[in-house]
Amino acid sequence: MAILASLALLVTDFRTPHLHPLRAVLSIATHPLQLLASLPGDNLKSISGTVLSYLELQKENRRLKETQLINAGKLLKLEALEKENIRLRVLLENSFRLGEQVLIAELLSVKLAPYEHTVVVNKGTRFGVHPEQPVLDANGIVGQVIRALPSSSEVMLITDPDHAIPVEVNRNGLRTIAFGTGLPNRLQLPFLAKNADIVPGDLLVTSGLGGVFPAGYPVAVVDKFETRPDKSFANIYATPKAQLETSREFLIVWSDTNPVFLDKDKEPPPAEQLETEHAKP
Amino acid sequence: MPSHSPSAPLYFIATLACAMILRIMDLFPGTVEFNPDWIALVLIYWSIALPERFGVFTAFTAGLLTDVLTSHLLGQYALIYALYSYFSIRQHRRLRQFPLIQQCVFVFFCLLGGQSLIFGMESMQAANRLPLSFWYPVLTGALLWPLVFSALRAIRVLARIS
Repeated sequence: MAILASLALLVTDFRTPHLHPLRAVLSIATHPLQLLASLPGDNLKSISGTVLSYLELQKENRRLKETQLINAGKLLKLEALEKENIRLRVLLENSFRLGEQVLIAELLSVKLAPYEHTVVVNKGTRFGVHPEQPVLDANGIVGQVIRALPSSSEVMLITDPDHAIPVEVNRNGLRTIAFGTGLPNRLQLPFLAKNADIVPGDLLVTSGLGGVFPAGYPVAVVDKFETRPDKSFANIYATPKAQLETSREFLIVWSDTNPVFLDKDKEPPPAEQLETEHAKP
Repeated sequence: MPSHSPSAPLYFIATLACAMILRIMDLFPGTVEFNPDWIALVLIYWSIALPERFGVFTAFTAGLLTDVLTSHLLGQYALIYALYSYFSIRQHRRLRQFPLIQQCVFVFFCLLGGQSLIFGMESMQAANRLPLSFWYPVLTGALLWPLVFSALRAIRVLARIS
């Protein structure tokens, strides 16, 4: 009986999304366990926070103020550039994309399966999180939400062997796909020919092609480029920019992918209308 | 000895919850891939010790919760935990006579079979090859069986569950 039931469940969950409510209900029972399991790690962190010496705090404060000043300066410039960008796009009669909204989520120190690079964060569908949302940290892309439960969600890191992310080389716009390798700080770019214009030190940014990740966020830095005479593709490896091992706060991003039309006379048409317009010759 | 102690289900739930917490916690950083399947060990113990109280369906429910907890396909762990429980209950008379070492061998083959099923199901879902460390929990689980066995027996004797 139980075996039949579990086989039925397996097939249903593999083929269809109907079992998601059941998983959400069961997750209410398992969430306290996750919180309990992550307690020791959190407490250690808070203890080390309280015993940090006054001097160290002062030093850190000074350093943070300096970086804040630098960032504020950069932001000033960015604002001007953004305005300029919009103006130029108006000149070109083009559409522009809205900025992204973010939510800060904290990591639960929970290990799901050691051979998978999946982490659990403490924000779920109650905060509007949904699957296929990109997740960032302060340095770059971390991964994407693969499953959102009521009070937590699971994030697949870009280093997971099942994960692939469309990227482009920031220097020249060469597009390719970066795969996870299963190693903690390694990405692989298997689809580039031997003569591709890519060198160690190149920054890879998201190309925005897959529809999941917004364009222009840093992903990784190329650190190894090797060719073998018997292979027609190069072996290229990159190190993720995000601190996948050490970050505890992540940003979950809502990216508005519908472009906003700048033409004032035309109302921005709803999505269905757009599609029908495209369908007409 | 009383034939039925009403508090037994409470102990089942409590020990299983502890096992689930151990399962997802990294107790000693750096040893994550060696973390055995604590829930399976606890299930096997209760199935051997109290086969008339602890059934296949309890194991099935625990497996479902484990699936949600570790974000696997629903039914994956439910299936193998039900199988563990079934085989342990079938063999419980023989297993009780076994010395601990022989029980370890039984647990080892149980876990190996279960992990092979998981291996098959995981490989169906994803194209990547699972690393060798996927199989470590089988070995550590069998090695830690005497520990789990004596701990749970101590609990059972202290709580006078039969």
